[in-house]
Amino acid sequence: MIEALLFMLGIGAVCSIVLSLSSKIFYVYEDPRIAMVENNLAGANCGGCGFAGCSAAAQAIVNGMAPPSVCIVSSKEGVEAVAKIMGVDAGNAESPLSYNMCEGGDRAENKYHYMGVTSCKAMAFAFGGKRICSVGCIGLGDCVKACQFAAVKIGPKGYPVVDEEKCVGCGACQQACPKDIIQVNTLSQQLMKFNQEQDALAPCAQTCPAEINIPRYINQLKEGKYKEAVQTIRLRNPLPLACGRVCPHPCENECRRGIEDEPVSINQLKRFVSDYEMNSGSRIPIKCAPDTGKKVAVIGGGPAGLSCAFFLRRIGHEVSIFEAMPKLGGIIRYGIPEYRLPKKVLDWEIQGILDLGIKAYTNVRFGEDFGLGALMASGYNAVFMGIGAWKDLSLGIEGEDLDGCYKAIDFLQRFSSGEKIKMGKTAAVVGGGNSAIDCVRTLLRLGLEKVYIVYRRTRKEMPANEVEILASEEEGVEFVFLAAPTRVIGDEDGKVKQLEYLRMELGEPDASGRRRPEPVKGSETLLDVEMVISAISQAPDTSFRDKDPHGRIKNLELTRWNTIDNDPAILQSSIPYIFTGGDVATGPALVVDAIGSGRRAARSIDLFLNGQPVEPVKNSLQNKKIKESIFKKVPGIKKTPRAKMPEIHVKDRLDSMIEVDLVLPEDAALKEAARCLNCCRICYNPDTDFPMANKTS
Amino acid sequence: MEYFELAIGCIFINNILLAQFLGNCPFLGTSKKMETAVGMAMAVIFVLVLAGVITWVVDAYLLKAFDLEYLRTVSFILVIASLVQFVEMFLKKSIPALYAGLGIFLPLITTNCAVMGACLLNISKEYGFMKTLVSSFSYAVGFGLALILFAGVRERINLAKVPKPLQDTSIALVTAGVIALTFMSFKGMV
Repeated sequence: MIEALLFMLGIGAVCSIVLSLSSKIFYVYEDPRIAMVENNLAGANCGGCGFAGCSAAAQAIVNGMAPPSVCIVSSKEGVEAVAKIMGVDAGNAESPLSYNMCEGGDRAENKYHYMGVTSCKAMAFAFGGKRICSVGCIGLGDCVKACQFAAVKIGPKGYPVVDEEKCVGCGACQQACPKDIIQVNTLSQQLMKFNQEQDALAPCAQTCPAEINIPRYINQLKEGKYKEAVQTIRLRNPLPLACGRVCPHPCENECRRGIEDEPVSINQLKRFVSDYEMNSGSRIPIKCAPDTGKKVAVIGGGPAGLSCAFFLRRIGHEVSIFEAMPKLGGIIRYGIPEYRLPKKVLDWEIQGILDLGIKAYTNVRFGEDFGLGALMASGYNAVFMGIGAWKDLSLGIEGEDLDGCYKAIDFLQRFSSGEKIKMGKTAAVVGGGNSAIDCVRTLLRLGLEKVYIVYRRTRKEMPANEVEILASEEEGVEFVFLAAPTRVIGDEDGKVKQLEYLRMELGEPDASGRRRPEPVKGSETLLDVEMVISAISQAPDTSFRDKDPHGRIKNLELTRWNTIDNDPAILQSSIPYIFTGGDVATGPALVVDAIGSGRRAARSIDLFLNGQPVEPVKNSLQNKKIKESIFKKVPGIKKTPRAKMPEIHVKDRLDSMIEVDLVLPEDAALKEAARCLNCCRICYNPDTDFPMANKTS
Repeated sequence: MEYFELAIGCIFINNILLAQFLGNCPFLGTSKKMETAVGMAMAVIFVLVLAGVITWVVDAYLLKAFDLEYLRTVSFILVIASLVQFVEMFLKKSIPALYAGLGIFLPLITTNCAVMGACLLNISKEYGFMKTLVSSFSYAVGFGLALILFAGVRERINLAKVPKPLQDTSIALVTAGVIALTFMSFKGMV
């Protein structure tokens, strides 16, 4: 017995001595942070992170091969602790979630009958899957099998549904998916996603300059999830209330229902859900990513500036807006009249954006009250310039400076600021765009007896929105087509008395595809008016460049249209830390264009702030369409008229500036939403009581 | 020829996994993916050869010499565990590439019954040093062969429609049984 004991002690002693010696001899220096990091990982050795055990993961984190958030079971605190050890921003601790990108599921038709192994990967090898849709979900659930947390299920519509509560964002489903249906993204990545050629996108979502996921929010509206619908819109558009009122909705031109029937009234649905939020009395909370500690200055508080600030703030940057006018909103506050976009609504919407923690300085004009040097000295890392196009182009005719001559934006802005403007009884507005219509409709509300629109082409060529032209017709404006003003004639007091114009006729089509008007010699005609307002386009006011002759801002290059020169894909100007978008870069365009470019600039600024190369989005769909998604015929449609926008009767509207267009009532909105075919890249839902619809079921 | 027969016997006929049913837990645990199965097989070959040799030495020059054969099991556990620890440290310092390759499998084998079983079998069959070396290597190769075969089959099973109650480990055990049956056909070959 004694010897057994001694023997075991002996062997034990030998082993421990050998081991302790060898641990000295074979000592390998390890970064002490590896052990510290490992203590903060879950310790489950589950391998969900893709590394062989927690120590390997810890090593990868310390070597910079993996982000602090690599551990999929770790809590938010754990991730933050790791981030702290590594000395990186907690911004990296933003937790990713898995999202399904396919709206179609099993709606697309089959190319062949599949009897092979139940694996998406296997089926994808055979002609990319059995569905005719090249990007859509295969539906055999490789993602479901890959998920270790039972967070993914194949939903009733045949595509995966993610339970956000259970999802830890490990990315296993994304790796398992042979298509790009399941994508694991952080909120910031979602906000900075731009349409790409391989995406599952309906024609409307491809057309929207802000790239809103239109089918998704209409679907949410249909299901009564109004709040979710607003959130979907806010991923792309910070101004749904304003856009819901003034957007000329280019999306509706591409609506698939519009091929066989009237298009879905997408914009009214947007207005319905955003008005629902405003009228509900409480704001839907807007999520933001953790702070990054980087500062950005946004010059100009118009749609482009607000959009850029909104998205930069949501991805965690600190933003300040500098606005020259007394209030934020830019052209949509000062250029769009009250009867189209009430100031109360705009105030409510802008307050929601500022509530995210954006600082706004008003009444400070760039180039006069502050310069680029001051911004850089105050620690701003990048600048967005969205100062709009506020300088009216002049007609360049004799008598333009007579008393009674105005310019559109100047007139509208002075009027909305509450300035008293001397009015006559009759007026002529020169131009055929939206600001011309805004001017005439405003003038009619001011009690003028006769208001003319003088336009050098015909009604068909007018660039203004059709609904606006119609409304102005109803309100009694008088059109003078094919007329080019040549002279303003004044009386002896220097007041406007008459407008002289030449009659025109249409000739050959020009570069824009519109027939070029040519003057008819000797056809001078006189129009008796007391006011002349010219509304013939605007250009940016770039006088700030000349006010600081020695500053760097002098290097900011302009185009020959006096807009700021930039690369349209990344919106970077000739000064690397200045980005620009909206009217100042494009010349007068739509609000929704400015919103889209604000977000695009936010993406570039984010890349710039992170020290990454500012490169365009790969396979970008900017100004492009997916060919196969544009149909010529759409079988399975039963004609149903679209919802008519309720509006105030002409008799009642001309007395005041109250809003003309009203919001759809709930039942009408739901009915309109039901007209949406819920299109995706190539599939759509035909109307169910149509005989064609039964074919696929 | 004697050694060749011994090797064949250890790899196929007395396969440590499918005939002796030792080391079933890594057999089920590390056979879900081909990659891990290969890693595990390599680690087992490495450790088993070392363990076989050192336990033979311990048995011949310590246990037998002092008439302490009844302490065989407990002392082997101690020796094998220390050996693996030692090897791990050694590899980490001297051959980091091999250490990275074997990764987490090395410490996993510390308490593996296949290793222990093979060592005890060597002693009980009273092999000499050379035979011990050959048989340890062959047992390990047999382990690796069975594991890699099994991993291949399991990867295929993943793609098939398996009834719910039989999914995952249950179907794996059934499959393991079928493979063991096929291995029985080697019986009587040598």
